[in-house]
Amino acid sequence: MIRQTMRHPGLNLGRDHGQAHDHVETIVFGFWVFMMSDLIIFGLMFATYATMQGSTAGGPGPVELFDIKSAFFQTMLLLVSSLTFGGASLAMRHHMGAGRITLWLVVTFALGGGFLALELRDFAAMIGQGAGPWRSGYLSAFFGLVPLHGLHVSAGMIWIVVMIVQIRVFGLVPAVKTRLLRLALFWHFLDLIWIGIFSVVYLGGLA
Amino acid sequence: MNGQTQAGGILGRLDLQALPFTQAIAHPGASELIASGAAAIVVLGAIATLAAITRFGLWGAFWRGWLTSTDHKRIGIMYIVLALVMLARGVLEGAVMRAQQAFGLGGGFLSSDHFSQLFSTHGTIMIFFVAMPLIAGVINYVMPLQIGARDVSFPVMNQISLGLTATGAALLMASLVVGKFSTGGWTAYPPYTEAAFNPGPGPDYWIWAIVIAGVGSTLSGINFAVTIYKERAPGMTMFRMPLFCWTALCTAILLIFALPPLTVASLMLALDRYLDFHFFTNDLGGNMMNYVNLFWLFGHPEVYLLILPAFGVYSEVIATFSGKTLYGYTSLVVATMAISVLSFSVWLHHFFTMGQGANVNIAFGIATMLIGVPTGVKIYDWMATMFRGRIRMTTPMVFSSGFLILFVIGGLSGIILANPTIDFQVHNSLFLVAHFHNVLIPGVLFGMLAGYNYWFPKAFGFRLNERWGRISALLWIFGFSFTFLPLYFVGLMGMPRRTLSYSEPLFQPYMQVALFGAFLLVAALAALGVQLWLSIRQRDQRRVFAGDPWNGRTLEWATAAPPPEYNFAVLPVVAHRDAFAVAKENGRAYLVPERYEDITMPRNTSLGVVMMLASTALGFALVWYIWWLAALAAIAIPVALIARSFDPDTHRTIPAAEIARENRAWLDAVANTKAITRGDEDTARNTGRAAPEWEGATP
Amino acid sequence: MSDEHSDFRADLRQYLTGFALALALTLIPFALVWWNLAPRAVALWIIAGLAILQGIVHLRYFFHIDLSRQKREDLQLILFSLLILAMMAGGTIWIMANLAQRMG
Repeated sequence: MIRQTMRHPGLNLGRDHGQAHDHVETIVFGFWVFMMSDLIIFGLMFATYATMQGSTAGGPGPVELFDIKSAFFQTMLLLVSSLTFGGASLAMRHHMGAGRITLWLVVTFALGGGFLALELRDFAAMIGQGAGPWRSGYLSAFFGLVPLHGLHVSAGMIWIVVMIVQIRVFGLVPAVKTRLLRLALFWHFLDLIWIGIFSVVYLGGLA
Repeated sequence: MNGQTQAGGILGRLDLQALPFTQAIAHPGASELIASGAAAIVVLGAIATLAAITRFGLWGAFWRGWLTSTDHKRIGIMYIVLALVMLARGVLEGAVMRAQQAFGLGGGFLSSDHFSQLFSTHGTIMIFFVAMPLIAGVINYVMPLQIGARDVSFPVMNQISLGLTATGAALLMASLVVGKFSTGGWTAYPPYTEAAFNPGPGPDYWIWAIVIAGVGSTLSGINFAVTIYKERAPGMTMFRMPLFCWTALCTAILLIFALPPLTVASLMLALDRYLDFHFFTNDLGGNMMNYVNLFWLFGHPEVYLLILPAFGVYSEVIATFSGKTLYGYTSLVVATMAISVLSFSVWLHHFFTMGQGANVNIAFGIATMLIGVPTGVKIYDWMATMFRGRIRMTTPMVFSSGFLILFVIGGLSGIILANPTIDFQVHNSLFLVAHFHNVLIPGVLFGMLAGYNYWFPKAFGFRLNERWGRISALLWIFGFSFTFLPLYFVGLMGMPRRTLSYSEPLFQPYMQVALFGAFLLVAALAALGVQLWLSIRQRDQRRVFAGDPWNGRTLEWATAAPPPEYNFAVLPVVAHRDAFAVAKENGRAYLVPERYEDITMPRNTSLGVVMMLASTALGFALVWYIWWLAALAAIAIPVALIARSFDPDTHRTIPAAEIARENRAWLDAVANTKAITRGDEDTARNTGRAAPEWEGATP
Repeated sequence: MSDEHSDFRADLRQYLTGFALALALTLIPFALVWWNLAPRAVALWIIAGLAILQGIVHLRYFFHIDLSRQKREDLQLILFSLLILAMMAGGTIWIMANLAQRMG
């Protein structure tokens, strides 16, 4: 594995990346702090969801609302996208060229898009059967938590597009490399949050 | 969707009725006249400021030197200016409320709606737009200098934080002129602030001011924490940092973790109001008690994140003006850390009476009493620092002495309130109002004003007027005491907080004493202004260019006053705590460096201003349902950030020769100025170079 | 240099191991619920336990967080965040459950 001085948690580029390796410590640490702050936001949305599970106000609950098949496919798409982003990270670390990195980013983008499409289809179906956030406290908590994650995924996808453009415009300069490192952390972070969502919301609701 | 959220044309639900002037013409009365008078002051003040800048041709200097600057010192000063402007509004609002209650026996002169707006804006302003910018400003200015850094880790993000804080303040000021502010108190508890009971723009102003400024504060917290972890000068280990930096670190950690609950709670309230969610509504399974829970998850760490930097200031001030090293440094660090962690375990004491069981109340009551222990440790450490010191009763020391005495009273009343059984008797009474003003004014405000007096010469190169400083400090101390100590007694007699009028004649004498105190506080504010005015006029006799007017102990005093934008020509190498005091004793201060190197600094950028304008437009548009503007602003924010990431040319290099020239010129001037003893501290002879305190002085 | 620049295969193995473990830890709870293999109370405990395990797997193999390395301040940050999160979320659930029980 990565036998070297770790400058920060997450994939380290290695000394042969020069400036991108040496100046990255502060930036990546700052990004970790930001993610921890974001983690608190998600944690409180989870806690709110947990306390509002009984507040269905006579409306539909998890069993009537959720489709385990769709949740499963969303989970798989996101998990595979974590692996494909790993492909991009490794291509960068091992100097495999901008083309290879871009290819993996495009694949990751597509998987993220597939995830969002499935998620939006589920939301549309729920709203179609009158189960929008206005129906009950429970559904408010659901629509506060799960779309918040979806918004993060959308932001991550926009970021991927920006990075693909920047790789083309600037090439693999240090600033682009450190941004890709942070984007990788962000993308893996989204998958980490999703573990909580499929376990608490979907599986916990249907068990 | 709510029916009402779809209303309106190009200006949403905004119309002429929203202006207080039209209200005052339609229904003249004391409340309307005061409201339109205040609005007129805001409008005229803004016009006068802009006109003055134009008149003196300062737009270029203002834009290049301040608005687009990424210098932590400039940003810190702008935070403090913002805070002082808002402080003036907050104090005046407090005085109007005191006047209302002094004449409130069976009436008074304000309408209940106006009074409710007053206590809501007063609280919101004082916490979010006075105390928060004051601590952000002082930390921004002082902390990088104290750890021997060139700037914070993320200078552009720092600028954005300031912009977002200014946005919140701008929305509050706008609410005076356009429409009105929330009447739901600074805590904005639902269901009262829900659309069902309060469909108007008031709670929306509160929400967006808080959310936008809150994001700015979170980013500040990230910036401060990373700076302290990663930017310390060589040799500056964590346990060699000045105590103020430790308190800044703890405050940063609290900002990072305590702001998210506020963001979550206020955005949930926004979802309830705008998109018909049911987080906190009365019907369909909403639960307003979760709002209270989430709000105080933020609210309690908040008061500690405000007080800790003030504790840091007292530690610096008391050590310097006692001419001694700080007593019990390690215990102060441990106490600060303990307070930061414990502050996340006590939030329920703000709602002991909400209905949870005795076991829950007891657990949080005990935690609350525990948090008093580390605070007590600190009080003893400061007293021990003063013990056998050569104390100079300068303005910061007057503030510090007032703090030591008054804060103990406030802290003890907090221990009383920590007992749930007692809290059941006095909650929501003026006893509580007395308690939290008693910790926030002598604690936070006195600390920040002490810091303002202490570091002003560093920032501007001349000392403030001591005489008016002391007058102001004494007025603050006595004004506070007369205003708030009587409230303990009426609180115990049963007078509820936020009372417009009352029928119990026994309350009135206390209210009149409190009004007298409020006059003293307004006078204290005026004295602060006089002090600044006189000091600027006498600045030529007060220059301290050598940079060390107080015989300081820490690194910020080792550089010029005002410091160059890169802070230190050569980064200091630190081997001791109180690095500068040790250097002076060993004769190693003001040495000419052997060699200079190029310094890379971030370029100016307009990103902060763009973010401020866009977020102000976003907030205002959301308040008034101007959807096209909201969409435009919401797109502009990420577009501006992405565009910035395409700018490859963000830094510039200052050549070593230029740095050498500036630094040698300053060192020459320092060498040619006479070092003064402490007896001459408040004379024109004090040019900022300190002689050893007494012959053969050793620590 | 070769020691410094660890080889590509070892890195790839990291990601693939992580993916395989995460996949297994995802499939088990989904199977449990899909085919109703356990009573609800038991299933919930298993789901919670596997979710925590999967979180650790992600941290270890995707975030490359390692207990034995330097830069402990970063690790301390994560642990501190988890402590604060536990206090906040745990306290919220405790308080709100207590209130619900007394109102019911």
